[in-house]
Amino acid sequence: MTTTAESVAEQRRSDVHLSYLRPHKKFPNLWCPGCGNGIVMSSLVRAIDKLGLPRDEVALVSGIGCSSRMPVYLDFQALHTTHGRALAFATGVKFARPDLKVIVITGDGDALSIGGNHLIHACRRNIDITTILINNYIYGMTGGQVSPTTPSGAYATTTPFGNTEKHFEPCDLAKGAGATFVARTTVYHTPQMDRVLADAIAHHGFSFVEVLSNCHTYFGRLNRLGSATALLQMFKEKTTSVGKTEESANGKIPIGVLHRDLETTELCDEYQKIVDSLSKGKQG
Amino acid sequence: MSRPKRQLMMGNQACVQGALRAGLRFYAGYPITPSTEVTEGCARELPKTGGRFLQMEDEIGAISAVVGASVAGVKAMTATSGPGYSLMVENIGYAYMIEAPCVIVNVQRGGPSTGLPTKTSQSDTMQTRWGPHGDYTAIAVAPSTVADTVTETIRAFNLAERFRTPVTILLDEVIGHMQEMISLPEPGEYQVVDRVKPTCPPEEYEPYGSTDNFVNPMPAYGDGYRWYATGLTHDAMGFPTNRPDEIVVNLDKLRRKIEDFRDEICKVRADWMDDAEFALVSYGSVSRTALLATKLAREAGVKVGCLQLQTVWPFPLAQLRELLQDCTAVIVAELNMGQIVREVERVAPPQARVHSLLRYDGEILTPIQFLEKIEEVRS
Amino acid sequence: MSKGSLLRLQLSEDRYEMRLSGSGGQGMMLAATILAEAIGADPAKRVIQTKSYGPEARGGASKADIVVSSSEIYYPKALQLDLLLAMTQESLDKYYSDLKAGGTLILDESLVHNPPPDDFYGVPFTRLAREEAGNVMVANMIALGAIAAISGVVPTEALTEAVLARAPRGTEDTNKRAVEIGVREGEAVKARRLQGAPNMTQTPSAPEEAPIEVPGIVFPRCQFEH
Repeated sequence: MTTTAESVAEQRRSDVHLSYLRPHKKFPNLWCPGCGNGIVMSSLVRAIDKLGLPRDEVALVSGIGCSSRMPVYLDFQALHTTHGRALAFATGVKFARPDLKVIVITGDGDALSIGGNHLIHACRRNIDITTILINNYIYGMTGGQVSPTTPSGAYATTTPFGNTEKHFEPCDLAKGAGATFVARTTVYHTPQMDRVLADAIAHHGFSFVEVLSNCHTYFGRLNRLGSATALLQMFKEKTTSVGKTEESANGKIPIGVLHRDLETTELCDEYQKIVDSLSKGKQG
Repeated sequence: MSRPKRQLMMGNQACVQGALRAGLRFYAGYPITPSTEVTEGCARELPKTGGRFLQMEDEIGAISAVVGASVAGVKAMTATSGPGYSLMVENIGYAYMIEAPCVIVNVQRGGPSTGLPTKTSQSDTMQTRWGPHGDYTAIAVAPSTVADTVTETIRAFNLAERFRTPVTILLDEVIGHMQEMISLPEPGEYQVVDRVKPTCPPEEYEPYGSTDNFVNPMPAYGDGYRWYATGLTHDAMGFPTNRPDEIVVNLDKLRRKIEDFRDEICKVRADWMDDAEFALVSYGSVSRTALLATKLAREAGVKVGCLQLQTVWPFPLAQLRELLQDCTAVIVAELNMGQIVREVERVAPPQARVHSLLRYDGEILTPIQFLEKIEEVRS
Repeated sequence: MSKGSLLRLQLSEDRYEMRLSGSGGQGMMLAATILAEAIGADPAKRVIQTKSYGPEARGGASKADIVVSSSEIYYPKALQLDLLLAMTQESLDKYYSDLKAGGTLILDESLVHNPPPDDFYGVPFTRLAREEAGNVMVANMIALGAIAAISGVVPTEALTEAVLARAPRGTEDTNKRAVEIGVREGEAVKARRLQGAPNMTQTPSAPEEAPIEVPGIVFPRCQFEH
């Protein structure tokens, strides 16, 4: 196939993924070949497309790390912020402009280490933001340092003798802090990821999705887990659909929607009530 | 609702009133003495005007939310004091880099660290200029009365919007907590500047492209421009770049949009300077005492003049160079160990000796300290 | 002008400086705000109010200064007090030396047990608040009434108006009554002093403790009530 400008334009029109890519952005992306981030990005595009959200009303906010580079490739409002602070920036965007759909793309180091405080408080406020935490168990962008989700005993460049610390369970943390939608999926389970992301974005309140993803470049290599495909295979084998009994789950990681609370009120709605009552008082 | 024409008001409250008049729609803050009244005032007043207030989990969250709200399209502010400002600097740097208009109020207290929470200081003067890492040019205004605080807050917002940059209001504990009778300006008595929005079609919009004044039109979220902002050094489209030629354009823009327009920003109040042999230079609460000392010395026949920096940053180089040209001595008074004096030394004429009058015990300089210093300089 | 002569300069005579001092929680900041508002209601007067306080919201010595002038007030703080209100022994001990010779000293004689030998006006503000006004929290308002009566710095009508403007709904009568008690006691102690009577209305017995925290706050601490 010839790659004339016309054919590219035609391809862009016909392919849902291409139609959401920034027209001016130079490709390829900066992720390593085989990186799970691209899988998440395409799933996010399908979820947004499925929901039919007007693209001017979607704002992507990210922090620092490999996953946080995602908004530069997608044709939405995008704020690529500082390390750990994406949720605080996103809170400002959403609270100032509740009419927008705000989606935060973050990683395990960004959201759980330097940004842990902002994460728990965003959950607590139940502000209508969707957070997609791509958990690859390691700091990729800085070259393979230990993260809050690195399993005990695992190797990283800063745990050359194995990780002596315990890890966070991101979904438990989010649920405990008050998130009203919590789900886990993996880059292997893309049809499920499409559904979960669409549900999370449609949820009115704070929604949190942990996507288990592969960093074969650092986590895989340092822990001798093999290639990208080997890690994807691992996600397939070590997970099971949520709702299984403990016995049938057989120690596997549950994936799917783990928690959904439709009762708790949302922050912007509650504040709007105050604004409305004050403006009524003024008229009366 | 009829408001009494004159009312007793605290500097921190005046700041809130100025911000509301300038079009404040979003405030995020975190409690810290001696700035808390600004946060409390916004919590109470903003929802009444349809605006929004959030108490964030810390000062890092507060400045982040403010910048987020600003890029989403509304005028936003936060207030803090030294320790909180220290926490904010990273994301103030981010605001410089993505060119997000916002206002940061620093009601200064003694430091370093927790320092003197309830006492006054001007020791954040240099931090305001150089707080965040990297190269950029800062804007800071400094009121010295409660009435000034209203007008300088409005000016801070206008500068932030005009230049697409964070602007710091340098208050101190004395101005923030002092109460004076003031009349709040009515609409029409002050100018309000709003950010310029793009008019070109979205496909032609370059968020950081070249312009005559180095400032780009800024759309609100939802306007259809879908632009990308990053704290990374970026090209005209806002995309990350490592190209040396693009890096220089990016950084020069941040500097020149302010440096080339100093005249629009720098404001110096000059009293009794026409024939002054000695000049007192100060800002904020110190300027009040400087004015009194000047008046007393003048009544006694000593040719003293008084310069008050209403713009501290960028430092009013040209104005001071001209105003000080015939002086034989300059006394720079400040509540720190000598920060602004270095800037004055750079602009003082060759014949003038520059002296420091300093105080950093949490109290303000008294009239007698000024008069003693003038005597010392005269002899 | 000769060298050194600047040091003999005096601040304007047209400057009246007051300090309201006590322990945190006695409402000195609020009292100073109300007094400044009452004085500032006269468009011919300039007024400026500053405060000094410790980090704690309750307890510790607290002071609030008010400077009054008919011309611009540049230096905002008090330098030499024309009037000192001391609601506790600690505040008296701390600030008495700032009172200029011949300045007016007003004491809460229910809490100050060791007054200075010089002239002063003693009124049992705290006792009157509890026993006559029915609420210990209005001792500060009684003190304002006494300041108005003794110093003449503000007309009592303007003071009452300023107090009522700040009083939360339902507390107007208590606060108005407190000002009246203060004015009455202030006038009485002034009259006695003119007749050369002893300073104190009675010899204080065991000193009371300053009210640190009392439930049922009569005045809100916030400043934004419209």
